[in-house]
Amino acid sequence: MSDEKKHWLDERRNVDRIYWGLVIVCVILGVADLLAHRHAYFSWEGLPNFYGFFGFAAFWCIVIAGKKLRRFLWRPEDYYD
Amino acid sequence: MIEAFPPGLVLILGSLIIPLVHKRLQPMVAVALPVVGFAQLLLMAPGVSHQLVLFDYELTVVRVDRLSLVFGYIFYLAAFLSAFYALHVKDSVQHVAAMIYVGSAVGAVFAGDLITLFVYWEITAISSVFLIWSSRTEAAYRSGLRYLVIQVGSGVLLLAGVIVHAANTASIDFGKLIGDDGLLSTASPGVVLIFLAFGVKSAFPFLHNWLQDAYPDGTVTGTVFLSAFTTKLAIYALARGFPGTEILVPMGVVMTLFPVFYAVIENDLRKVLAYSLNNQLGYMVVGIGIGTALSLNGTTSHAFAHILYKALLFMTMGAVLYRTGTTKATELGGLYKSMPITTTCCIIAAASISGFPFFSGFVTKSMVISEVEHLHLTWIFLGLLVASAGVMEHSGIKIPFFAFFAHDSGIRVKEAPWNMLVAMVAGAFLCVAIGLYPAPLYDILPFQDVDYEPYTVAHVLTSLQLLIFAILAFAVLMRTGIYPPEKRGVNLDFDWTYRKALPALIGWISARGGGVLEHLYASASKQLDRAYRLIYHLHGPKGVFARTWTTGAIAFWAVLGLLGFLLLYFWGR
Repeated sequence: MSDEKKHWLDERRNVDRIYWGLVIVCVILGVADLLAHRHAYFSWEGLPNFYGFFGFAAFWCIVIAGKKLRRFLWRPEDYYD
Repeated sequence: MIEAFPPGLVLILGSLIIPLVHKRLQPMVAVALPVVGFAQLLLMAPGVSHQLVLFDYELTVVRVDRLSLVFGYIFYLAAFLSAFYALHVKDSVQHVAAMIYVGSAVGAVFAGDLITLFVYWEITAISSVFLIWSSRTEAAYRSGLRYLVIQVGSGVLLLAGVIVHAANTASIDFGKLIGDDGLLSTASPGVVLIFLAFGVKSAFPFLHNWLQDAYPDGTVTGTVFLSAFTTKLAIYALARGFPGTEILVPMGVVMTLFPVFYAVIENDLRKVLAYSLNNQLGYMVVGIGIGTALSLNGTTSHAFAHILYKALLFMTMGAVLYRTGTTKATELGGLYKSMPITTTCCIIAAASISGFPFFSGFVTKSMVISEVEHLHLTWIFLGLLVASAGVMEHSGIKIPFFAFFAHDSGIRVKEAPWNMLVAMVAGAFLCVAIGLYPAPLYDILPFQDVDYEPYTVAHVLTSLQLLIFAILAFAVLMRTGIYPPEKRGVNLDFDWTYRKALPALIGWISARGGGVLEHLYASASKQLDRAYRLIYHLHGPKGVFARTWTTGAIAFWAVLGLLGFLLLYFWGR
């Protein structure tokens, strides 16, 4: 392992860079929403950065719900054997 | 002349050549056959049809229209890429099974009547199971059997529906079956049975579990084939027979939503893809349920794009399985170091399925969602938005992240074989090409009088917001340690009812029923044994009929066949 080439992602610093880069992109997208004119079919859809907040919240809820569901649904690998 | 030949039959008959040629040539024949089939399609124009009279029925064995042509094109394209991906496989059974499977799926798409459809429908079931059994493991054998029972069951439902429908209407034409009111409650029993048969193959909720049960047990290359044809044949059949059926809209939303939660906690990445496949079918089902020109175009184009990126996802996971021997997320990680091309292809497929702008899913799925928006179906729209975030979770992030990144598992392998790489790069190219330049795909869609422009500022911006904020949520969940770690195990799904509950119930009844079941079983096997002895006595090497063996056997089968036709004849009157 030691003589293996070091990859860019192996450095914690670079992972942090991606993380903060993502935050910056999100801020830009949020600001862009205020500048762009888009037609809303539903009134709530026109709220500033509606899609961004919705995507974040939906993703979060799905993961948490999956985590909770695992308590009921999980069985050991040989359950059906 | 060649256009008079039923499409699909080229592959079914061509597959018979495969066992006759040298082992090294077999995969090449399998690559060549879809090319021949595709060339034949190019000669066929909408409007072509061929009838064949069988007894009282006029079978339309070939009917070409714009809807069948799109599915024909993509089926052959997927077959070609999958066969190329399987170029290294030295297993005649798999090559033959795959070609018969593809051929029958294509045949079904061009079937103009319900009886022809039924015949091809069953051939897809029987041929495809060999792609699961060819894994040659106990688990694959068992899940393959369950798959076969359910698939053939779908065929039996279809046949029953066709018989009832034909008796009621004296028509076996495979056109729009649902009434103009779009209600299943006012449809005839035959039509409802046909709907259920299509529903089993499209993996409707509660009828879905064969998909997640069997596909992860298929061979490395077999699952790539499986992902493309069975369910999309069912989507085609629904689009033809049941456009505008109201119940399909909420049903489709449920299909997009519930697999998402399973995909979060599933450890086997090929099973995650099976759940994700189920979720993608939901968008198509919603489009069929709405039944407008734009939504049906959306369903068709989404099926087209989906076949490509889903096959590509299964290809990348197949390559991982081929090299590392597993697709369990708990065992994998850090593979981008040794499989960079596979990683790139996987990310492109993930971007496509998630609907990122400039990738294929963006220009197809959005047609269905836009129509939902235009029609102000608020809850349906919100459901599809949640599901889109879900797709980002399981296919957009989970698949590439846990296989190729995450923590470094220390696994160091070679990159996938050259033929797999070529197939994957070609698939990835098509995903990007469709995303960047959707016009050629839009041109072949069934309805030509609809205008749709995917690249508006609002659409690009809102899609990016939804997806990138979802990625941010993932990053935050990972950094805070809230994201659930992968865990070995199985998750209970509807298959629990027939794998655990039903056997337990039968055991309970037989334990309490004073051995009634044992008695029934014993007497049935005794009768079977007696019948077998009688047949052996008459037809065996020393039997009376052995003297007239060939003619006797033919007469026996002829009588049986005639009896079958007689029954059909009386049913049809």
